[in-house]
Amino acid sequence: MRGQKSDERGQIVEVRYVIIVVFVCLLSSIFYSLSAMAAEKWQGVDESVVQKIAMEHGREAHAPLINTDQGDMLLFVFLLAGAVGGFAAGYYWRMLTERRSGDSGQPAADAGKGRH
Amino acid sequence: MQVRSTQHEVQSTSYREHRTIQYVRILFLLCTLYFVLGTASDAHAMHITEGILPLAWAGFWFLAAAPFVAFGLYRLKKLSADDLSFKPLVGLMAAVVFIISCMPIPVPTAGTCSHPAGTGISGILLGPAVSVLVASVALLIQALFLSHGGLSTLGANIISMGVMGSCAGYVTFRGLRLLRINMTIAGFTAGLFADWATYLTTSAELAAGIRGDSPFLPLFAKVIIAFIPTQLPLGILEGAMTAGMVVLLHKKRPDLLVKMGVV
Repeated sequence: MRGQKSDERGQIVEVRYVIIVVFVCLLSSIFYSLSAMAAEKWQGVDESVVQKIAMEHGREAHAPLINTDQGDMLLFVFLLAGAVGGFAAGYYWRMLTERRSGDSGQPAADAGKGRH
Repeated sequence: MQVRSTQHEVQSTSYREHRTIQYVRILFLLCTLYFVLGTASDAHAMHITEGILPLAWAGFWFLAAAPFVAFGLYRLKKLSADDLSFKPLVGLMAAVVFIISCMPIPVPTAGTCSHPAGTGISGILLGPAVSVLVASVALLIQALFLSHGGLSTLGANIISMGVMGSCAGYVTFRGLRLLRINMTIAGFTAGLFADWATYLTTSAELAAGIRGDSPFLPLFAKVIIAFIPTQLPLGILEGAMTAGMVVLLHKKRPDLLVKMGVV
């Protein structure tokens, strides 16, 4: 009984810890972000942190080998990448979770198990 | 007497689960409020950009990453030969890591954009070795076609996102589960630490590569502090995503998680 109670207390303390951490993170992010707010908005951290600090130390970014960052080309490749990635994720998710009709409840991915 | 104590155990377990679910809901609500209450406007993301690291450092990180990638290939071959259901899981995780790590998320309080790494969840589900391989493929495609990261900095990005992210996620999750911590909390913490470990390593790589004659530590601290406003809250988001995916997969395919040694 005592063990159970202390276990429950431990769980409560644990979850409270998570919530306190979340609050501290949010407050500190607001505090630290005051200077960032003055800079150009919605830059990626590659520009606002990596390239900025690198430039201060004399290092500049080069254009990538295949430069898709031209006009709306980047939007297109990101959209394509998202669509292909999303399709692949959905396809494999179904393969892992879908149960075949007539099967003994085995997900499709396990159906061919053992066939090498 | 024994039956009563068993009933009591079952009741207290379901009560604990119910309470944990309530706390997780509060956590999600806080995260949602945090993102909704900010302002909004064009996006971009991260990884060390092409040409930022000097050639010697770029080469060093390639050499450091190569054994991890090779071991990942070996593990993938071995595991998929032992169990055919491993391949779809690798496919799913490869797609998830690729999408998550090129998804710029605006962080309202910082006014910047960045992306989660996704290697926390793949480290937990596939093991760190195969997760490194999955991250390497994602990073290579992004460097080649999405102007995201760079080919010369690929080794450094594999070490930070692939190796450190996967290992941090795996070790944290396994460690917490060994301590009998609830799966949701273990998943959340693993995702959080995987994200933060990735950016901590990126900071070290950047500071070491660009410092010239300046001392390493002050520059390292400067880079970390610059990352904090964006990565601190983004880590929380990655933690929530990781916990959600582990719990969802556990609901749908508990046998798979048992097979992979996750539970």
